[in-house]
Amino acid sequence: MDGSLGGEFHIAFDGVHLTLGRRPVFRGLSCGFVRGQLTVVLGGSGAGKSTLLRLVGGLERPDAGTVRVAGEDVSRLPERQLYRVRERIGMLFQGGALLDSMTVFDNVALPLREHTEKAPDEVAAEVNRRLADVGLPDVGELFPRHLSGGMSRRAALARCVVMDPEIVLCDEPFSGLDPLNVRRVEALLVDLSHRRGLTLVVTSHHLASSLRMADRIVFLVDGHAVSGTPEDLLHNEDRRIVDFLAAEIDPAFDVAAIADERAAAGGGA
Amino acid sequence: MTPIQTLGFRTLMLVAHLGRLGIFVGRLARASVLPPSRMRRFVDEVFDIGVLSLPIVCLSGATVGAVLGFQSYVALARFGAEGSVGAVVGIALIREFGPVLTALLVTGRAGSAMAAEIASMVQTGQLDGLRMMSIDPMHFVVMPKAWGMLFAMPLLSALFIVFAIAGGYGVSVTLLGLDPGTYISSLETAVDFHDDVMQSLTKALVFGVLMASISTYRGYTSEPTSAGVSAATTGTVVVASVAVLLFDYALTTLWGV
Repeated sequence: MDGSLGGEFHIAFDGVHLTLGRRPVFRGLSCGFVRGQLTVVLGGSGAGKSTLLRLVGGLERPDAGTVRVAGEDVSRLPERQLYRVRERIGMLFQGGALLDSMTVFDNVALPLREHTEKAPDEVAAEVNRRLADVGLPDVGELFPRHLSGGMSRRAALARCVVMDPEIVLCDEPFSGLDPLNVRRVEALLVDLSHRRGLTLVVTSHHLASSLRMADRIVFLVDGHAVSGTPEDLLHNEDRRIVDFLAAEIDPAFDVAAIADERAAAGGGA
Repeated sequence: MTPIQTLGFRTLMLVAHLGRLGIFVGRLARASVLPPSRMRRFVDEVFDIGVLSLPIVCLSGATVGAVLGFQSYVALARFGAEGSVGAVVGIALIREFGPVLTALLVTGRAGSAMAAEIASMVQTGQLDGLRMMSIDPMHFVVMPKAWGMLFAMPLLSALFIVFAIAGGYGVSVTLLGLDPGTYISSLETAVDFHDDVMQSLTKALVFGVLMASISTYRGYTSEPTSAGVSAATTGTVVVASVAVLLFDYALTTLWGV
């Protein structure tokens, strides 16, 4: 399916094998993520969704195969050179990964203070704007331990995009969020991808959001990837995908309605 | 496995650990010369390790000095040599008890906390978060902690010794009736700057290096689990304490007394 994309792969996996402990996670994984598009990675627990993001960030190295990010093979770059590639990536971790010894404000300000020459008032303005974007305008002085899981994740999202990276990796951004905030984060991710042209890779169990916002979907199963548009996924006859959708979809959830909604919106989110 | 195989396996594991520790210390040394200096984080660590350890170090020092003064007085009085209490207390504290007990106390309080904090950062993905922001955790987290420990150790050891000498003075002079001038003059006469004070300072610095390396290494290389945090914490206390005692023996022997 990927051959018909016609777009440029910003991130490309080629024949990736990875075993963690004794468990093979990827067995020749090959897939691509198109520049400027929002791709949702779906799959059951343990399918390797988070590991896929860690491979993109160079936090894990494959046993075999290559992972190219903006043309650079991050699977072979030494740590020092990886930092250069990572400057182009923002990553939202599942638990937020905010530094608990710093306030939320300092957490979001950290990349700006480390990598830019911005004056303190410019940093403050930027941080406050990013926190407002994620619906947390008044939490700057709090420490991460004072935030709920959902608030931590949104603060982490603000930190992850504060440097305007080319690529944003989000690991389960909707988990633990209430429906209102799911919509808010969803809109923010769609805005990053469609308006600002960033490449987004989002892992999620939240099927409704995934189908609403994704340009493409990569479905991980048995260490391999099946990729295509959300419409491809909804009409896929692969038993493993059908079973996954049947288990994930709430009985009250209307797949056809979402497909219609997407069609009305012109195929995108 | 046979006992011989087990011994061989354990030995290989030890060598592998020492090799990894060596590489870790090399990376730490390299990070230490790279900008920025992280002065503010270093000062915060000196506060955490040094200032917050003051009560326990001073109280322990005074107590150890008092016990040492009391026991020395009782033992020396049998031979009519109680006038040498100041010398015994001073030399024992400056050469041995000061740096060694301070190291053990600081390992238990600050070293274990340092290992637990770094291990907890590993567990919660905070170090990976830093890496993804192109910030080297070795530079941002480990280096200020290690230098903070190294800087605080000699100062804490010196304070321990001062409070211990005061404790010994309090017991032998105030309680047991030794002449104050005798205590001070015997201390002053017996203690040599090069042999005693420099040895004490060198030991404190070496112990600081050991504790800083071991506690940061154990935390940094911990498994990202709750058990990993626990293992890093207890492992730091055990390994650093044993290393301090082994190196104390080696340094004492090498110094030639």
